[in-house]
Amino acid sequence: MAESELLHVEVWRGAAEGKFQSFDVPRREHQTVLDVVTQIQREQDATLSYRFACRVGMCGSCAMVVNGRPRWTCRTRVKEVAKSGGQLRLEPLKNFAVVKDLAVEMTDFFDKWRDAKGYFEPRKSWQDLSQREFEIVPPASPQRQAADAGIECIGCGVCYSACDVVAWSKDYLGPAALNRAWTLVNDVRDGEQDARLSAVSGSAGCHACHTHMNCTQFCPKGIAPTYSIAGLKRAMVSRALGRRT
Amino acid sequence: MIAASHKQPGYIAALLHRLAGLALAIFLPIHFLALATALNGADALDAFLNITQTPILKFAEGVIVVALALHMTLGLRVLAVEFLPVREQTSLTVSVCLAAALAVGLLFMFNVG
Amino acid sequence: MTAILFAAQRISAGVLAFAVTVHLATILYAVRTGLTAEEVLGRTRENIWFLAFYLLFVLAIAVHAPIGLRNIAREWTNWHGRSLDVALAGFAIVLLLLGVRAALAVYLPIAMFLR
Repeated sequence: MAESELLHVEVWRGAAEGKFQSFDVPRREHQTVLDVVTQIQREQDATLSYRFACRVGMCGSCAMVVNGRPRWTCRTRVKEVAKSGGQLRLEPLKNFAVVKDLAVEMTDFFDKWRDAKGYFEPRKSWQDLSQREFEIVPPASPQRQAADAGIECIGCGVCYSACDVVAWSKDYLGPAALNRAWTLVNDVRDGEQDARLSAVSGSAGCHACHTHMNCTQFCPKGIAPTYSIAGLKRAMVSRALGRRT
Repeated sequence: MIAASHKQPGYIAALLHRLAGLALAIFLPIHFLALATALNGADALDAFLNITQTPILKFAEGVIVVALALHMTLGLRVLAVEFLPVREQTSLTVSVCLAAALAVGLLFMFNVG
Repeated sequence: MTAILFAAQRISAGVLAFAVTVHLATILYAVRTGLTAEEVLGRTRENIWFLAFYLLFVLAIAVHAPIGLRNIAREWTNWHGRSLDVALAGFAIVLLLLGVRAALAVYLPIAMFLR
């Protein structure tokens, strides 16, 4: 292990106001950015605040901006982003209010999921005995495939952080909420499709997406919210034109 | 330092598309007013056209032609992303759009002399 | 309302894709032979197809441009709400009027204007 080299790290300290603090961390061959942040907090400055949980790329808690790009620190090798002689610049996710240092306030992000009706509402009531049978949903059906393409979202906030329209319009529902709404629009068991399309057709809705595609570019799970949002746009137009005729 | 998200091809496409559209929206009323000088006869239109023969204005005309072609090609890209089932290769698509628009602009400038 | 505006924007975009292609092709062709008033008017005067085409073009522009400007205003400035919509509706009418006037100016027979 070559530990003679030191990695220079600039870390955001504070909240909306604050500054970058410098640290030097021993370089290790296979270290991830999460390893670096953890080393700083445990060995150098215990007052540093940051989030992580699973550390294996499953939970999305560790998302932050590393050298200008929003990503998961546990899945980012230092070698990948800071070659020998390079340095790290760590900031909290953009477009979120900062709680402290590298931890952000996720409330608005999840409120928008709710506002986009990104939750399941069953069409059939479980209380009605005559309706207690399983809904048959063929996995290969186009609707199920469309839903499956976006269903793996774990709400990490990377796409929301990367989105320029979120930065420009505080009300914009954002790629994650809209992607989730699209998976539910394609769920044949759901009974609130009309209300959901209304929710994503408002002034903060899917039409505001301008296909910059940052969300698709940065999503660590390989989801393409741009195309989910395109689906919502088509559904929105069909409904708007259908209503008028 | 430019944010990483601003170096993505999709962002560049959307930005150029928007700026070109803005330029066209400003240009159009002027264009309509210019053409309407014909209401005073062909000589009036000719007089106006002669004013626009200066190199700077000819170049500006070329820029407007590029803006129009660019707005259209990038707009077609948006329509494709939104309404066609194919997944596009963003950087390739944007490059093709830019190249086509510049080609149209060059054709215009070479021919207008 | 945003759904209708979005639909109108995309539909007018489709119309413009056709119209702009024709317009650009025409302009590229026309500048090769020269752009004096004589040549322009020679093509447009009393040409009903020309008039029909450009009236459609103007209508599509009057729909498409203001909606695009609306997005820019709402996202890049602090202007939004009723006053913005009213201003842009006004701009749409201006574009429509000026555009129709321009199309008619080059279509109508010259005799009409000689006083």
